[in-house]
Amino acid sequence: MRCWLVVLSLCCAAAWADDWRLKTVCPPGFVSDSGVCRFSSLYSDYPSLQDAGMGGLKVGLPTPRDGFTAQQIDLGRLLFFDPMLSGDGSVSCASCHQPDKGFTDGRALSRGIHGQTAERSAPSLWNVGFLQTLFWDARASSLEQQLLGPLYAEHEMGNTPEQLLASLRGNPIYTDLFKQAFGDKGLTLDTIYTALAAFEASLISLNSRYDLYAHGFHEVLSEPEIEGMNIFRSFVARCGECHTPPLFTNQQLAVLGTPEPAGRPLDIGAEGPTGDRSLRGGFKVPTLRNIELTAPYMHSGRFKTLRETVEFYTKGRGHAVPEGEHLSIHWHIWDPKLTDTELDRLVDFLKTLTDQSFMPVIPERVPSGLSVADALDHSETVESTPVAMGDSP
Amino acid sequence: MKKITLLLSLLLCMPVLANDIVVKDGESIQAAVNKAVNGDVILVQPGTYRESVYIDKDNITLRGVVVEGEWPVMEGDHKLNDAILYSGNNVTVEWLKIMHYKGNAIMGQSGNNYVIRNNWIVDTGVYGIFPQYGKNGLIEYNVLSGIEDAAIYVGMCDNVDVKHNEVFDSVAGIEIENTRHALVENNYAHNNTAGILVFITPGLPIKTAYDIIVRNNFVVNNNTPNFGAPGSIVSKVPVGVGMVVMAADDVKIEGNIITGNQTAGIVITDLAFVTDVASDTESEPNPDNIQILDNLMFNNGADPVAEVKAAMLTKFKTTGPDILANVGSAQEPDNCILNAERYTSFGIGKWSKCDITTTADVKTYLLPADAAPREIETDADRVARLYKGICAGCHAYNLRMIGPPAMAIQAQYYDNPQGIADYLANPVKKRPDFPPMPSQGHLSEELRLKVAEYMLCLSPKKLEAVAATQGQVAKCEKPSN
Repeated sequence: MRCWLVVLSLCCAAAWADDWRLKTVCPPGFVSDSGVCRFSSLYSDYPSLQDAGMGGLKVGLPTPRDGFTAQQIDLGRLLFFDPMLSGDGSVSCASCHQPDKGFTDGRALSRGIHGQTAERSAPSLWNVGFLQTLFWDARASSLEQQLLGPLYAEHEMGNTPEQLLASLRGNPIYTDLFKQAFGDKGLTLDTIYTALAAFEASLISLNSRYDLYAHGFHEVLSEPEIEGMNIFRSFVARCGECHTPPLFTNQQLAVLGTPEPAGRPLDIGAEGPTGDRSLRGGFKVPTLRNIELTAPYMHSGRFKTLRETVEFYTKGRGHAVPEGEHLSIHWHIWDPKLTDTELDRLVDFLKTLTDQSFMPVIPERVPSGLSVADALDHSETVESTPVAMGDSP
Repeated sequence: MKKITLLLSLLLCMPVLANDIVVKDGESIQAAVNKAVNGDVILVQPGTYRESVYIDKDNITLRGVVVEGEWPVMEGDHKLNDAILYSGNNVTVEWLKIMHYKGNAIMGQSGNNYVIRNNWIVDTGVYGIFPQYGKNGLIEYNVLSGIEDAAIYVGMCDNVDVKHNEVFDSVAGIEIENTRHALVENNYAHNNTAGILVFITPGLPIKTAYDIIVRNNFVVNNNTPNFGAPGSIVSKVPVGVGMVVMAADDVKIEGNIITGNQTAGIVITDLAFVTDVASDTESEPNPDNIQILDNLMFNNGADPVAEVKAAMLTKFKTTGPDILANVGSAQEPDNCILNAERYTSFGIGKWSKCDITTTADVKTYLLPADAAPREIETDADRVARLYKGICAGCHAYNLRMIGPPAMAIQAQYYDNPQGIADYLANPVKKRPDFPPMPSQGHLSEELRLKVAEYMLCLSPKKLEAVAATQGQVAKCEKPSN
C-alpha cells in the first residue's frame, strides 16, 4: 500500500513540475531590500551595550543571519520538510523540529532513521538565526556547520553527501528550483546548506505578549505574569542573568548539574568538544522563546513540565550531581528558596513568551513526492530501539 | 537680562511639565510608578513601604523625602526579593532607606543615564546597588552595609562614576566587573572581606574590563571573615584584601589610602585567582597595563591567608605585602609603579616605572550628553510602532504577503474600523487562499481600534479613491506615511 502511494505521489510530482514556483515575497519579519530579505523588528530600533544584543526590555538583538533571497528561504522550506534529505527517505528535518511543537519533537531524546535514538533533546529553531553557536554543547558556529551533524549522523538522518547530492540532482523539480534560487550556482552541497540555513534563519518569534510589554504596552500582561517577570529578573531567582532578554539566552555555556534520565550516565556536555574538564556537564543556555511548546526540558528531556524545570533551580546547588562526580557548577546556581507561589508565577511568565504568529506554511507537497505528513509523524509512529552512539559517554 | 530671556525661552521650550506624585505612608510606591509618565518625580514620604517596585519607563525620578531625620524605609522583611528594579532610561533613585531584601536594594537592567545617590542601604541580600547593561551612570553618596556579595556592583556597564560612597561590613565593598570607562573615587571602603575589586568574570556575554581609575579612596581594615554564599565567586576572595585587580586591563590606581588590610593592600592577579569555575576561552585572563601611581599604604599584611604567607616566606617574611602580584602575567613589565621602594611588595620586580604621575586630567567618565535617550512617545507613535512592528510583518500595503494587502482590507472595511478591531480579537478564516491570522486579543479594545484606524489611514490618497468609488468618505483623520 505504502509503495503504491509513493509511486502515485512520484508520478504526480512529475506532472506538477511546471507549477513549482518559489515565493518571491520575503517571509514575515523580513523586508525586501535590493533583492534580499532583511530582518526588521521593533527591536531593530534599540541599541544594546557593546552591541551584545542583550540586557533588558528595550534592548537590541544580536546581528541576525539575513540577506538571503525570498526564493532561497522558500527553497529551504521545501528541503526542510522533504524526507528525501534522509538516507532512507523516512525522516525530514521537520521530524525532530516539528512546527507545532516549537520546532522540537515532544520527545526527551529525538529519534532518527530506523527508530534509533539521538543523544540529546531536539532544540527549538525559533530565532536560531541570532545564535553564535549551535548544538547543546556549542560545537558548531554556523547554521551551515550545524546542519551537517543531523544530516549525516548515521542514527539521525543517516544520509551521505554523495547520496544527498545525487538524489536531489536526480529530481528535475529540484534542479529547476535551485536555478530559481541560486541562478548559475545551481544545485550543489553548498547551495543546499545555504537554502536550509536561509529557512531556519527566517523563523522569527518576537511578537509575544512579553514583547508587547517590553515595547511599552504594559497592559498586555496580567498581574501574576508581571509578578513572574519580576521574579524572573530578580537577583534571587536570577533566571534573567543567563536567559537574558530579548532572546532569553546569553549564548554562554553553563554547568547546571541537572539530573540525567534514569539509567543514563552523566552527559559530559561541552567537555566533549573542548576537552576542558571545567566545562564537564556544561551546555549552551537555550532560548526560552516558545518554551511552553517545547517540553520535555533540558538537554536530556529530563523534566516533563515547566513547573518541574523551574523547581530544579531551587532544590539546592549540585543536588542532582551523581556521587563521586565533580562539576564546576555555575555561580548563579544557588539556593534561592523560591516559594511554591513564586514557582507558579515563573511558569505564568514563561508562557507569555509564546508567539507563533510568523509560523511558516507547511508545504502540502515537496518535490520528491514523499509524504511530508509521514515524516512529521515519524517520532510517534516508529518503534524505538535505543542505540547508544555518538559523542556522549 | 539676557540670562532671564534665555531662561524664559528654555522654560517655554519644555514640552511637558513634569508632575510630582506624592506617596504617603500606607500607600504604594508601585501604584505611583504605574501612574507616572515621562519626567515625573515620585516623592516618597517618611514611612515604611513593604513592596518590590519595578520601573519599566523612561525618565522617572524616585525620591525619598527625609523629614527631621525620618526616612522613607523600604522594608523587605527578609522575604521580598528586590526593592527596586528598573529597565528604563534616565531613572533616578535617591534618598531612600532600604533594608532586609533577599536580592538587591536597587538593580538596573539595561537602563542608561541612571543616577543612584543618597541612599542608605542595610542588609539587602546579595547586592546593594547593582546596575547591569547600563551606559552612563552615576552612583554617589550612598551608604551601604551588611551585603553578602558586593555592596556596590557595577556589572557589564560602560561609563560609570562611583563616588563618595561608604561601603562596610560586606563581603565586597565595590566591584567593577566586565565594565569599561569607570571612575571609582573618594569612597570609604572599610571592614569588608575585600574593599574594592576590579575584574573580569569569565562566562559572561560581555567579556572585557578596561579603562578604569581607582582614585582617592580610603580602603581600610577590610578584615571581615568571608560570609559569601557557597559557590559564589565572591566566596572565593581571601579575607583581608584592600584592592583586587583580576584580569582587567588599563587600570590606574592613584591617591588611595590603603591601610590595615591583613592579607595585602593591593592584589594584582589573573583569572586563576578564582578556582573551580568553568573556563571561558573568550575571556582574556591576564591583567595588562596596570598602573599604580602614588598611594599611601602601610600596615597591610599583618595576618595573611596561608597562600600569601607561603609566598612571603620565600622572601623570609611572615607578613603580607602592600602590593602582591601573585602570578606570571601580573609580574610582567607592562604593569608599572611609581616609587616602588616605599612599599612592601611581592612579584613586582620586573614592573616598569610609570610614565604618568597623575590621572587628574580625567574628571569623570560620564558622557557629556545622555547616552541614547529614547524619544518621548506619543500615543500616535505607539500605534504606528505597533502596526509597523507586528501588522506589517504580514500585511504589505499593496503587495501580497502572508496576509492580504492593507489595500484590500481598506476596500472591505473603509468605514468600519471597529469591524477590524473585533476581527483582530477573534479572527476567523475568511479568505481561502490565505493562512488564518493569529488572534491579537491580548491588545486592549482601545488599542485594537487605534491600530485598525491606522491601517485604514495608510496611504490616504488611495483610500480616498476607494471611498469615492463607493460614494462615501472614509473615516480617516490622521495623515500618515
